[in-house]
Amino acid sequence: MGKFKSMHQIACHECDLVQEIPPLPAPATACCLRCGSVLFRTKVDSINRTLAWTIAGLVLYVVAVTFPFLAMKNGAIGNQTGLLSGIQQLYHQGIISLATLVLLTCLLIPLLQMLALFYIFVPLKLNFRVKYAISMFRLFQKVKPWSMMEIYLLGILVSIVKLGKMATIVPGLAVIAFGLLIFVLTFALSAVDSHMVWERLGGDS
Amino acid sequence: MKASFASARKLGLVSCHDCHLLSRMPQRAAHQEAACPRCGGELHQRKPNSLMRTWALVLAAMILYIPANVLPMTITTTLGSVSADTIMSGVIYFMHSGSWAIALVIFTASVFVPFLKFTILIYLLLSVQFKSIKRPRDRTRLYQFTEAVGRWSMLDIYVVTILVALVKLGAFAEIEAGPAAIYFAAVVVMTMLASESFDPRLIWDVVEDES
Repeated sequence: MGKFKSMHQIACHECDLVQEIPPLPAPATACCLRCGSVLFRTKVDSINRTLAWTIAGLVLYVVAVTFPFLAMKNGAIGNQTGLLSGIQQLYHQGIISLATLVLLTCLLIPLLQMLALFYIFVPLKLNFRVKYAISMFRLFQKVKPWSMMEIYLLGILVSIVKLGKMATIVPGLAVIAFGLLIFVLTFALSAVDSHMVWERLGGDS
Repeated sequence: MKASFASARKLGLVSCHDCHLLSRMPQRAAHQEAACPRCGGELHQRKPNSLMRTWALVLAAMILYIPANVLPMTITTTLGSVSADTIMSGVIYFMHSGSWAIALVIFTASVFVPFLKFTILIYLLLSVQFKSIKRPRDRTRLYQFTEAVGRWSMLDIYVVTILVALVKLGAFAEIEAGPAAIYFAAVVVMTMLASESFDPRLIWDVVEDES
């Protein structure tokens, strides 16, 4: 396979055109000559930036899950909820599949993404090898479309408007952490240079 | 940048779905599995049974789209009186209460986007099956668009999750998730899987074979 790698030959995953790419400076985007899709992007200082954003994200995640999320007040009666309350409530109402879907897309998959990045990028930074890094990175790429925290944030906005006439909604510390986490996770994901990661992981094995 | 203007398929090469390494397609029987030399992922020239899988998922999602829109999404109990809301009645409620922006967001995410995805995916499937060679570049764009927008349909599911947790004031007011929620979630998951199983390279295969 060495021949192909040194020539940087790559097939577009949208139209299958084989093309040769010279070594690119960072940041740069390589696009397919035939269909115009992005082949890959090179990133500046990918390892350091990914690690920094990932660690920040993990801290925010802990805050978002543990602190009070939203509270509803109407005169003397009120109700305080956490990020997990809705999932618990769906579970109690017997809609377990729905509870699982929300749990996966809003909590477990984003956590898995960050833990996978941490697990893969710390060894890359410190130049040692760990087991299952290749499988982890494949899993990381597979789950990407199923991480939907930003949509949940829009859901919070809609709920606040919907209940606005009925009661006062008080956002807690966790909402702020959750909102920040969405940006931090997006920055972490966009700092990942997957072309570079595959070259390093697949290197001399 | 230099290009030979040949597809990997024509050159007897195969590109890994996961790590994009280009390698020689191993000479094996058609149904045996080949593994990528770099990441160990399964190698396929094209996604297996792409057209059949996509058709099955799109049709299943279209059938489930009906109960998702007809049945109630939430059941609200306020001081003993019970009211059931469908997706559309929620949109209409927002329109009447003057929140046009929110009504538009919910309508787009829950009603329009799934409908748009059905239309685009069926168009792409038919265009490949009838060997269309028209505007392959634009069809590739359309495919990438369906891949990107599908997930936003989850919005209503999340709104239900949040309402169910927040509005729990005993006899005063309570909201329960209705039967449509589960059908709607199934529609979103199936349309996402449908666009994942469609292989855009089939569009270009037709173009290459016909020219």
